[in-house]
Amino acid sequence: MKFSTLKRHLRESVKSLGRNSWMTIASVSAVTVTLILVGVFALIMMNLNKVANDLENDVEIKVLIDETADKAAEKTLMEKIKKLPGVEEMSYSTKENELTKLVKDFGDDFKLFEQSNPLRNVIYVKASDPQQTAAVAKKIDKFEYTYDVMYGEGKVEKLFNFLNTSRNVGVVLILGLLFTAIFLISNTIRITIIARRDEIEIMKLVGATNSFVRIPFLLEGMWLGLLGSIIPIAVIATLYHNVYRIIAPRLKGELIQVLDFSPLVYQVSALLLLIGVLIGIWGSFMSVRKFLKI
Amino acid sequence: MIEMKNVTKKYPNGVVATNGISVNIKQGEFVYVVGPSGAGKSTFIKLMYREEKATSGEIIVNGIDLATLKNKKVPFLRRQLGVVFQDFKLLPRLNVYENVAFALEVIEEDPVEIRRRVMEVLELVGLKNKARMFPNELSGGEQQRVSIARSVVNVPKVVIADEPTGNLDPETSWDIMNLFEEINARGTTIVMATHNREIVNTIRRRVIAIEGGMIVRDEHGGDYGYEI
Repeated sequence: MKFSTLKRHLRESVKSLGRNSWMTIASVSAVTVTLILVGVFALIMMNLNKVANDLENDVEIKVLIDETADKAAEKTLMEKIKKLPGVEEMSYSTKENELTKLVKDFGDDFKLFEQSNPLRNVIYVKASDPQQTAAVAKKIDKFEYTYDVMYGEGKVEKLFNFLNTSRNVGVVLILGLLFTAIFLISNTIRITIIARRDEIEIMKLVGATNSFVRIPFLLEGMWLGLLGSIIPIAVIATLYHNVYRIIAPRLKGELIQVLDFSPLVYQVSALLLLIGVLIGIWGSFMSVRKFLKI
Repeated sequence: MIEMKNVTKKYPNGVVATNGISVNIKQGEFVYVVGPSGAGKSTFIKLMYREEKATSGEIIVNGIDLATLKNKKVPFLRRQLGVVFQDFKLLPRLNVYENVAFALEVIEEDPVEIRRRVMEVLELVGLKNKARMFPNELSGGEQQRVSIARSVVNVPKVVIADEPTGNLDPETSWDIMNLFEEINARGTTIVMATHNREIVNTIRRRVIAIEGGMIVRDEHGGDYGYEI
């Protein structure tokens, strides 16, 4: 394609936006609403994901070693666990250590137990994939000299289930919204095509190629998507800036943290721009294909 | 130039518009296509620039076999033809110059070349001084001149005209015919569907008469042949 042709296509596509100003406003608004929702969802999802990862990474297996095990037996047990596939890291803690922790958490009343410590030596194991925790725990349980293996059975599964479900629900909602926006854009483009039927007919009579006829419409769709993503980007940037300012200080030192403004908002903005442009082009592509039969 | 062998066109609704037409039009010829309304004239014309695809038979235009021509290649056939219509088909938003230039812009001609060629054909049709006017500011005859200018601006071998004088008064029609004769004199083949008996009987050329989808008469220097 020649440069002068590209200039012509750009000029035509911009002119057409103005000529059908009401439909332009309608579909830009549709894209705007969709992208605001997608953007807010994306922010929530990504933070939820971060929380989920934090929680997941906090899940560990507590292996209580049988009292009958001597130093050598404990060592072989650790060797065996180390060799298991899916084990990322592990640490050993004596029963004295455990008691100190208990006292720290629940108060000096527990100091009584220093006379005769009822606790057992412990190995803490972390699975490389947190979702595999249960499977790893089951394998460890079969080894010799394990008194009990604990990983918050039941609770962990529930947490993982909840996180996975909310991820899926978010994805389905976003897809639904995207389809709505594509539908609206392809309608707008269809109206501009109908308005320019005579022009297209003449173009084809004098020997314009199909792509020459098609490109201005695709560009027009691209503009619709691009224009539609401006407000959403401004909205999510302002929104997240304020939400972060309020929430972040309160979560200081907690296990759960929200994502920082800096990479997140830029990533989501780029995502919205990309989605806007893609649904714009895709929407007009659908219309052009159906209406021009080219 | 244009060769048809046993061409049949049956529309999806069952209407048979041309029924076994065979014809051979040579380079530089001037051909009238006459016949009553609904006889298949328009279809006959449309088959030539591949607006319609023949159901069966062979059509060769300027060496291109239209039966095997892929849809994607149709634009390149059209660039070798010029088409003129009864209703002019000008774009109302564009002025005279832009309407003619449009035909070259869409085939991505060089802008300097576009300017040169458009001025040349506007000179030919006598509208050089009205280049900046819009179609609604022109008379019917002038609008048809613009449409003729557009059809010849890419120097086609054939100009196909579907009742070009159908919307014009007799006097203007003669001006338009003179223009076609001039274009024909430069070596361009002209195929013209018409209802204008006076023109056909005065400017004697080859006449192809179509009735019921078949050629019933084909004579050089023939007359219109139908009573009104």
